[in-house]
Amino acid sequence: MNLLWLVPVLPLAGFVLNGALALAWPKAKPLVTAIGVGSVAAAFVVAVLVVRALAAAHLGAPVVFTYWDWIPVGTLHVPAALQLDQLSAVMLLVVTGVGSLIHVFSVGYMGDDPGYARYFAYLNLFVFFMLTLVLGASFPVMFVGWEGVGLCSYLLIGFWFNERINADAGKKAFIVNRIGDVGFLIAMLLIFQHIGALGFGEVFAKAPTALSGSAATAIALFLFLGCTGKSAQIPLYTWLPDAMQGPTPVSALIHAATMVTAGVYLVARCGVLFAMSPVASAAVAGVGALTALFSATIALKQWDIKRVLAYSTVSQLGYMFLGVGTGATAAGIFHLATHAFFKALLFLGSGSVIYAMHHAYHATHSHDDAQDMRNMGGLRHHLPWTWVLMWIATLAIAGVPPLSGFFSKDEILGAAFARGALVPGWYVFWGMGLAAALLTAFYMTRLMLYTFHGSNRTGDAARAHLHEAPWVMTGPLVALGVLSAVGGIMNLPDLVRGGERLAHWLEPVTRASAALWPEAPVGAATEWTLIAIAVVVALTGIVGALRLLRPEALVPAKVAPPETGLGKLLWKKWYIDEIYDTLIVRPVMWVSRVVLWKVVDEKIVDGAGVNGTAAVSRALGWLGSRLQTGELGFYVVLFVVGVVLVLRAVVR
Amino acid sequence: MTLDLSLTRDLLTALLPELMLTGWALVLLVVVAWRHRTGGDLRVAGGIALAAFATTAAVVWWLWWNSAAAQGYAPMIAVDDFRFISDWLFLGTGALTVLLSMRYLEREALLAPEYYVLLLFSVLGMMLMGGGSDLMVVFLGLELMSVSVYVLAGINRKSPKAAEAALKYFLLGAFASAFLLYGIALVYGATGTTNLALIGAQVTSLHLEHGTLLLIGLALLLVGFAFKVAAVPFHMWAPDVYDGAPTPVTGFMATAVKAAAFAALFRVLGQAFATTVAWHQIVSALAVATMVGGNLVALAQRSLKRMLAYSSIAHAGYVLVAVAAGNASGSAAFLFYLVAYTLTTLAAFALLAVKGRGGESDVLIDDLSGLATERPWLAFALAVCMLSLLGFPGTAGFMGKWYILVAAAQSAQWWLAALLVLTSVVSAGYYLPVIMVMYMRPAPSAAAHADVRLGRLAGAAVTLAVVGLLFFGIRPNRLLDLSAAGAESLRTPTAAAVAPPGN
Repeated sequence: MNLLWLVPVLPLAGFVLNGALALAWPKAKPLVTAIGVGSVAAAFVVAVLVVRALAAAHLGAPVVFTYWDWIPVGTLHVPAALQLDQLSAVMLLVVTGVGSLIHVFSVGYMGDDPGYARYFAYLNLFVFFMLTLVLGASFPVMFVGWEGVGLCSYLLIGFWFNERINADAGKKAFIVNRIGDVGFLIAMLLIFQHIGALGFGEVFAKAPTALSGSAATAIALFLFLGCTGKSAQIPLYTWLPDAMQGPTPVSALIHAATMVTAGVYLVARCGVLFAMSPVASAAVAGVGALTALFSATIALKQWDIKRVLAYSTVSQLGYMFLGVGTGATAAGIFHLATHAFFKALLFLGSGSVIYAMHHAYHATHSHDDAQDMRNMGGLRHHLPWTWVLMWIATLAIAGVPPLSGFFSKDEILGAAFARGALVPGWYVFWGMGLAAALLTAFYMTRLMLYTFHGSNRTGDAARAHLHEAPWVMTGPLVALGVLSAVGGIMNLPDLVRGGERLAHWLEPVTRASAALWPEAPVGAATEWTLIAIAVVVALTGIVGALRLLRPEALVPAKVAPPETGLGKLLWKKWYIDEIYDTLIVRPVMWVSRVVLWKVVDEKIVDGAGVNGTAAVSRALGWLGSRLQTGELGFYVVLFVVGVVLVLRAVVR
Repeated sequence: MTLDLSLTRDLLTALLPELMLTGWALVLLVVVAWRHRTGGDLRVAGGIALAAFATTAAVVWWLWWNSAAAQGYAPMIAVDDFRFISDWLFLGTGALTVLLSMRYLEREALLAPEYYVLLLFSVLGMMLMGGGSDLMVVFLGLELMSVSVYVLAGINRKSPKAAEAALKYFLLGAFASAFLLYGIALVYGATGTTNLALIGAQVTSLHLEHGTLLLIGLALLLVGFAFKVAAVPFHMWAPDVYDGAPTPVTGFMATAVKAAAFAALFRVLGQAFATTVAWHQIVSALAVATMVGGNLVALAQRSLKRMLAYSSIAHAGYVLVAVAAGNASGSAAFLFYLVAYTLTTLAAFALLAVKGRGGESDVLIDDLSGLATERPWLAFALAVCMLSLLGFPGTAGFMGKWYILVAAAQSAQWWLAALLVLTSVVSAGYYLPVIMVMYMRPAPSAAAHADVRLGRLAGAAVTLAVVGLLFFGIRPNRLLDLSAAGAESLRTPTAAAVAPPGN
């Protein structure tokens, strides 16, 4: 376990070396690959060793490694410390494991890019910050990771910054996240104000006695504001779909599998604080359920394959929040892990599709959109591996047993239903989750149908160039496919004698918060019924999509007719971006430009303040220099005046 | 090492640095009487001066290392850390001035090796000022220093401007000395002694804190020192004299002469007038006038040399804030600040000296346009100097200002602290344009800076100064410890230990 520091340090070293290479010798691609992939893979190996040691130790409390005193100010001491416990162990394995696979995939996907070394440098830096986030033993250390992943996300969304739209998407992500980060900061300050400490152990131990109900609610809600930014929940989700402008492996790693789940991790980590505040928990669960349903509706009508997946991610994150907000921390983390598998697979699969489409269009010098599903169709003949693997992921996310997503999603919905017996509002959340599950099955089937089935719409010339990606890309897909299929065994329910292993594993972490939640038991019969309902809903969605949608009727994007009615409303994403633009962005911009810039800054600060005082100073200086006549007599007169003044001061 | 200054042997030990420098100065005087015709003679004289400064500094070090301290009855000369540290400052400044002058004198055809003799004597005077614990010794040192510097200012006899500067300086200096001497006389009249420690003891025992005679004497003393440090309104001589004097001499005057006057002022106020509160108000007022006046008028200057002259007035204002703080951290800040300021100002004048061709030609700030592309290292050094004068973080100037601010805050002189910061902001208005024209303006012609070259020695001196600035800006601890020790020694209540004279 003492090797824990190596886990974040390895990717950091990778960043430093690759960063140096990116500046000095960007052509050295084999070396960049070795460093970039090697450092993360090595981190994964170390992580496995460390977690095995943790498992063998059977500890009830987290292991904290303190390295140096980072912020010693008065009574506040924040050490640079890492914390290993069962929760961070899960995150550790997901981040380094899925991260390694995506790094391998990137070798193929980014192979031709001139910014290869820069790309891997950023990616390694991201892994470092993500590990800091999940391993940090206090709020400030976690915040460093929290901000760091935001920075890397910004850098990677705008990776191809020559195009304005990409740079704008990066900026949007960064700015929207700032709003959430302010929430995190305020929460941190409130914690310090009320508890006087910032280390996780101390805060959670003292919280039940030191915090009043309202203080806990305020802290939890501000923390959750941070989560809505980082994890793309209502109302701050709008940056995530735009973030798809980045390279696809980045979308898989940062905007699906790891960074966006940081909010879920934070709520799980602070389970005690949320459990103390029914209001905050209800807000978390409610926002989660609403986001799950709302963004699922948008996903129904998107044509860009990555945007469908982006809204799907937002929706699935909503599930996770529903889980952790219900007190089912293990279920939320379980879904986080399985989602990392199948959503990474879906993104990488879409990356493989885009890679094929892009190369086909490139070979034929066509300028059609390589990501628009209306330009695809029938790709199963050209990309058989991708096709099969993406179907596995689709069935998993739709919740078809016995794939991984079924178990995790079912557990969240079951927990929400059970909570409904105590607080009826949770029945509503459960219903929203169920409706979202139906839509999920539908839009994912739609995506598969339009992409891989029916006849091909890519164009006759380009079609000949469509082919499967190299093995360096397909290999990680296969690995993720296996994980997506069997990931459910991590936490099989007791109902099928699975033993709920993940839940038991996490028990040392969740015990404190679980004690604060009232028991909400459900009978076996109810559970079986819920499972049946969930399966029926998933199958309805899939079959419905297969019945209702006609891929043959689609035409390529260039000649497609405009959307109308409800379809247009969904395609336009409920006009949320436009509403934000009108209500917030434009007024703020107007105030900054017209009031703050033109009046406050130019007229008052620059005009009166800076230039005004400068002019006055200069005038006085000029006057003063007029006194410098060069006449000795005059100097003596001034001297004597000075003497008189000095004497005046002592003789009264 | 405890010295009983009533014994001749111990007294001579305590005076060893001064005796050593005197000996060297006499030797040099004899040497230059015989050899004063060629550039080679100049170099020999400069070498001897350097050796003099080095050996004297070593002797001071020896005394410091053995923790020399005086014992017994109130002596004429102090033996404490404050004296040693200020001695090092004067000797170091003198040595750097020698390095900067070597090439300058030859270039300007000033074949007058007496220059170095005068330099040695003026440093001797400074050492007596910093170490004298009797008003007579202080005055003696001050006159020795001043007379030497009067001559140094006018050493370039071919330049009417330099002659005018020297004469002005002499006349006004004599005028100011008269005030100082009169002040000493009045203090003697009030207390019956000129010994600093005894004055302090008399003031307490005779309850003279509000005695008119003593206060008038004190006020006149302050006037005399204020003239030497060029505090507003006693500063009128400074811009003219600084402008007219040869540039290395200007640098010397702006640093060492000021430092000596401040050192003496600190000792006099700290040991003789610690219980007399009247001077706090006067010094505060002088500080305000000096900071405001120096900075505002500097804004209006276009000539680099005059700008630096006013800048040195402004800096005297900052140091006066440390004096007005009147506490131990003020004295520590004062020593630290003087080191930082001396290094910066000397380097700046050295750089100005190489740019100013043909004797007294005025270098305008605009003449530095494009220096950064032609002479990147020179421009960098000058930029560091400007930033340090401005008090930019990362330079010694910042740390110095910071310590003065701390001292002012500790003694609750909020207005002085605020004014110090505000006037520092104003000073950005004349320091930064220097950097701006060097880095952001093209050179007016390709050959504009062709003949701007530092000699090897001057280059070494400037490098030393700039490295020191950056070093002390980042690691000020050691120097600050030293300054604090010096300040501490000044505040030891020797006054209580000595018996009042039997009158």
